[in-house]
Amino acid sequence: MIEVQDIHKSFGDAHILKGVSITFEKGKTNLIIGQSGSGKTVFLKCLLGLFSPEEGNIAYDGKKYSELSDNEKRDLRQEMGMVFQGSALFDSMTVEGNVMFPLEMFTKQSKSEMQERVDAVLKRVNLIDAHQKFPSEISGGMQKRVAIARAIVMNPKYLFCDEPNSGLDPKTAILIDNLIKEITEEYNITTVINTHDMNSVMQIGEKIIFLKDGLKEWEGTKNEIFKTDNEAVTDFVYSSDLFKKVRQMYIQEQN
Amino acid sequence: MNYLASVGSYAIMIREVFKKPTKWRIMKTLIYKEIDELIFSSLGIIIFISFFIGAVVAIQTALNLTNPLIPRNLIGFATRQSVILEFAPTFVSIIMAGKVGSYITSSIGTMRVTEQIDALEVMGVNSLNYLVFPKIIAMLFYPFAIAISMYVGIFGGWMAGVFGGFLTSTDFVTGLQTDFVPFHIAYAFIKTLIFAFIIATIPSFHGFYMKGGALEVGKASTTAFVWTSVAIIIINYILTQLLLG
Repeated sequence: MIEVQDIHKSFGDAHILKGVSITFEKGKTNLIIGQSGSGKTVFLKCLLGLFSPEEGNIAYDGKKYSELSDNEKRDLRQEMGMVFQGSALFDSMTVEGNVMFPLEMFTKQSKSEMQERVDAVLKRVNLIDAHQKFPSEISGGMQKRVAIARAIVMNPKYLFCDEPNSGLDPKTAILIDNLIKEITEEYNITTVINTHDMNSVMQIGEKIIFLKDGLKEWEGTKNEIFKTDNEAVTDFVYSSDLFKKVRQMYIQEQN
Repeated sequence: MNYLASVGSYAIMIREVFKKPTKWRIMKTLIYKEIDELIFSSLGIIIFISFFIGAVVAIQTALNLTNPLIPRNLIGFATRQSVILEFAPTFVSIIMAGKVGSYITSSIGTMRVTEQIDALEVMGVNSLNYLVFPKIIAMLFYPFAIAISMYVGIFGGWMAGVFGGFLTSTDFVTGLQTDFVPFHIAYAFIKTLIFAFIIATIPSFHGFYMKGGALEVGKASTTAFVWTSVAIIIINYILTQLLLG
């Protein structure tokens, strides 16, 4: 579980996060949605420890990040997995090298133990024949799967994803969404996903947080998002005609 | 003010490079890779440039020796002094600032743009140690490249002088041995080691702290080359004054 209490973050005169408080639950896919510039990425980078908030606290299973020593912070980071928007795979390494990297850096496992673990996670993300390929030789969807494999190879307690299905075709995007949800349940991890994609919200959003202008505007489940009368949320979520119709149908069905 | 802030950031970066070291098993592989990419892959251009620079120095000296009272072996002497004191350590370092420096800036800059550095940080890796330290260690082998440059430069001078008909081989060797000061070799290698550190770190700084996209990677490489060259030239002046003045 991750508890965020009243965090503020500024860059120069720009006050990006203006006191955000959220609790992310374990074993659930927590989605952060909001328009570009709403502070989603800054918020995620604060959760990852890449940015330090000026005020407020972030606690990971009760451990306040600001009170941890450098070594404890490093240990905590090894419990985090991150899937970046552009995958952020190391160009100079093969798929296998990318997934093995955290094991080589932080464990004392033998080569055969590491190989066994890498094979298992690559199989888990349905990548079997790409071990020796370089990131430039595989598709965007495969790169995302490698990024997910790298993020889960250390058995993380927390999984963060920044726009995990941006740039992917709808079918692959659904596959990636489902994979993240399955992994979250299977490993019982706290997953936080930044997304713009309303298909993802409807597909895997167990807890949804809507950020607007650096503040939490709304929080609820995917069923509640159909019923909400919060104007900012409905304007954002139901901006397309298709989603407007889906919402109308849902409300008619409920009535 | 911006320049001062950059100098401060550079100093902080250097401190961070030596903190939280990466596992030796991984670091060893990175160092071997960097030696290959920074030193071995540069030997071709170093040898090519050094040979022709040595040859041109010999020809220029020969063409300017119009007074019959000045001995022809001065050509060998001038070639040796020019190549060992300046052309090999300084001129080749400027070339390396372009070749190796732009490679370092663009490779680290691309990692920044594509969030690979963020990925390292999120995992808890000291990205500066992981990326910059192996380059600094690899560049410790740079004096070997400069030793080859000195040898090839003088050989180029001998070829141009002897086969160009400006002097005999014996005259050239006599010139090479005239008033030889062994400390000049030490001076050249001291300079080379300091230039190696500059070539490894200034381009890394520009790559690591760059912001923006692909266009900015190109701009950062150019800026890195300019500042590396400026640093080499200024430090060359200071070291010459301190060590030979």
